[in-house]
Amino acid sequence: MPLSVQETEIKNPPVSRPPLDPHLKALENEAIHIFREVAAEFEKPVMLYSIGKDSSVLLHLARKAFHPGRVPFPLLHVDTTWKFREMIEFRDEIAEKYDLDLVVHTNQRGKAENITPFTHGSAFYTDVMKTEALRQALDAGGYDAAFGGARRDEEASRAKERIYSFRTPDHKWDPRNQRPELWNIYNGMIKKGESVRAFPLSNWTEVDIWRYIQAEDIPLVPLYYAAERPYVERDGMMILAEDPRLELLPGEKVQRGMIRFRTLGCFPLTGAIRSNATTLEEVIAELEIATVSERQGRAIDRDQSGSMEKKKREGYF
Amino acid sequence: MSATATANAASANVIPFAESAAKAHRDTRPLRLITCGSVDDGKSTLIGRLLWDTKAVKEDQAATLARDSGSQNDLGLPDFALLLDGLQAEREQGITIDVAYRYFSTDRRSFIVADTPGHEQYTRNMATGASTADLAVLLADARAGLLEQTRRHATIAALMGIRQFVLAVNKIDLVNYDKAIFEKIAHDFREFALSLGVRQITAIPMSALKGENVVYPATASMPWYEGPTLIDALELATVRSAQAGGFRLPVQRVSRPGESFRGYQGTVAGGSIKPGDSVAILPSGTVANVKQIVTFDLVRNAAVAGDAITLVLDRQVDVSRGDMIVSIDGPPMTGLDFDAQLVALQPGGIEPGKRYWLKSGSRRQRVTVEPIWQLELATGAWQPHASTLQMNAIGKVRLSFEETAIFDAYEQNRSTGAFILIDPDTLNTVAGGMITAKRGETGGIHREGQRVLLSLPADLAEQIMASELFASRRDETEIRRMTAKQAAEIFSNAASDI
Repeated sequence: MPLSVQETEIKNPPVSRPPLDPHLKALENEAIHIFREVAAEFEKPVMLYSIGKDSSVLLHLARKAFHPGRVPFPLLHVDTTWKFREMIEFRDEIAEKYDLDLVVHTNQRGKAENITPFTHGSAFYTDVMKTEALRQALDAGGYDAAFGGARRDEEASRAKERIYSFRTPDHKWDPRNQRPELWNIYNGMIKKGESVRAFPLSNWTEVDIWRYIQAEDIPLVPLYYAAERPYVERDGMMILAEDPRLELLPGEKVQRGMIRFRTLGCFPLTGAIRSNATTLEEVIAELEIATVSERQGRAIDRDQSGSMEKKKREGYF
Repeated sequence: MSATATANAASANVIPFAESAAKAHRDTRPLRLITCGSVDDGKSTLIGRLLWDTKAVKEDQAATLARDSGSQNDLGLPDFALLLDGLQAEREQGITIDVAYRYFSTDRRSFIVADTPGHEQYTRNMATGASTADLAVLLADARAGLLEQTRRHATIAALMGIRQFVLAVNKIDLVNYDKAIFEKIAHDFREFALSLGVRQITAIPMSALKGENVVYPATASMPWYEGPTLIDALELATVRSAQAGGFRLPVQRVSRPGESFRGYQGTVAGGSIKPGDSVAILPSGTVANVKQIVTFDLVRNAAVAGDAITLVLDRQVDVSRGDMIVSIDGPPMTGLDFDAQLVALQPGGIEPGKRYWLKSGSRRQRVTVEPIWQLELATGAWQPHASTLQMNAIGKVRLSFEETAIFDAYEQNRSTGAFILIDPDTLNTVAGGMITAKRGETGGIHREGQRVLLSLPADLAEQIMASELFASRRDETEIRRMTAKQAAEIFSNAASDI
């Protein structure tokens, strides 16, 4: 790849952006270090790309880590076919804009059996269309390392996760037997068939993610910003009502209001919040006085006790 | 959080603490700290209190807690231990198994807490948490005073290079806020910490359960205490950096996006660099000059310890992953034999003579380990020990390499002086270690030109001088007799340089 192509990527002249504050700079440095270490030590890394804000930050950091070279591994999107329309549009735009290798995988078995979040319940649906699909995609690609955007502050079992999280050949996580991880020295030695999940954003918090997006001017799916959108209320969640596959239950009606999303997943399982925050500054201001956590809008975390740990043990990110 | 906050502790959980965060300006890197103490000392309560009073716990998380525990304590707060013990097995057994990382922030800075289990069989987990920490918070129960366990934790923390201690004398309410009890424990601890070489010590009387002197001061119940709250102490602590020593760049990868560009990517592990500086590439010893420091945003005119950079040199040289680019003035030690301290992390222990993989920075190479001493944690004394170092043991060892190794002493550089050992059969991480010195031809830990000044009672000095070892090297020593006062002066003058 000729160098000149990469150089044109820098759209804003450097002087227009103030330097990162030391806190964000330290987090950025750590993440870049992890990206480079994994890329150097593993034969076939891949980056899980979920199109959300954390993935957007992760991708930005990957581009920084390997500049002026290209990102030296593909991005993998596990498409459940139930993502928000705007997510898919955004994904394809970004892949083209940044010259990325994008791999999209859907669990064809689940699709053929028509497994949906409406008909099979969130736990079973997630297991088939996300966890099983992810295992299929990782096996198919022969990847020995997979980057993910998970953060330790998200959820209790994630607080115990290593930065290099070791997985058995069938993608199992054994939380009681994790490899010790001292200093910033990561053990990348594995046997054939084994793999690691690597988490460069482990030490970031939700506020850090937003501040970094602001400081670095990182593009996001517009659903993160408030707009007047159609929705229905179901099980205490506001579900976006734009996909024809969403069938109204008795007593439900489509309403309109200023809403936005704090996290993005499958639209039937992701609740919106009421908000007037239409800009990044307003989103951050709203976040800083928030009294509930970001995953509060995620149905899959709540479907059973110890839910995330169970899913993680089975291979979910 | 401002030091002048005067909210009363009972209403602490409703103070809209986060509001001021909107204006936050973080002028420092996150402070990494480790908390040490057993469940009985109230460690979970303390961390829970920190997270709660800094609004790091959100309402839905608290609701999940309330649902899981089905009960609240007397103050109407959730059971914090459940918040902290995230794994199913931990909840079932009511114990903390593994290191967990917690995040909270004030408007002054943000914090990363390594929350480690307290029991002796988890020494390895404590060492893991301590490896990246700038500061250790050690808990003591005001009713029990300093326990062997507190001393053990302090010893391990000091060994892992932590130079700032906070002693949290918890449950002070249960001894009627007795100033004398607090001062006795604080005094004993200070003496002990000084003996470990730690001089930055803050002792704080507190009740984590009631939130006194954690985030909010407790002037009503402890008018005699004028020191900082825990959060004040944490806000004032310093973040260690390796900017003072020589330049170190362990090369992680070579970037060659096109024929015209060759850059060496890595994270600066010490010192600083700017274009034009002369550097050496180790182990080859090749010399070159820095042409450019490339980052995504701009071509930079300097980089310092901690920066992830891409370095371009002014000439074609052979550099590959695992090499280290260093300043010509003040290079690290290179050689085949080093002395180190290590913590054994796995059930098989560390076996003498076995060939392990050693990874330090980006460099991985074969090594054999010869145990010499083992730390007796109960007394802090080193005992001769040449056999396998069992799991959780801390030992002094000799490392023998087959190819040139590159290190700084850990006390000089926590990055280039640290390593892990990997078992070649299981590929698991089996030890964490710290380089103390390069071993000279004579076999002693004899770094050239280094001297140690001791001040001893005359009778003890007589005994040492009477020993065979001393007699054999009498011509290398220098002895002065003086009064205790004169000796104290010399040491107070020298202390800042040590």
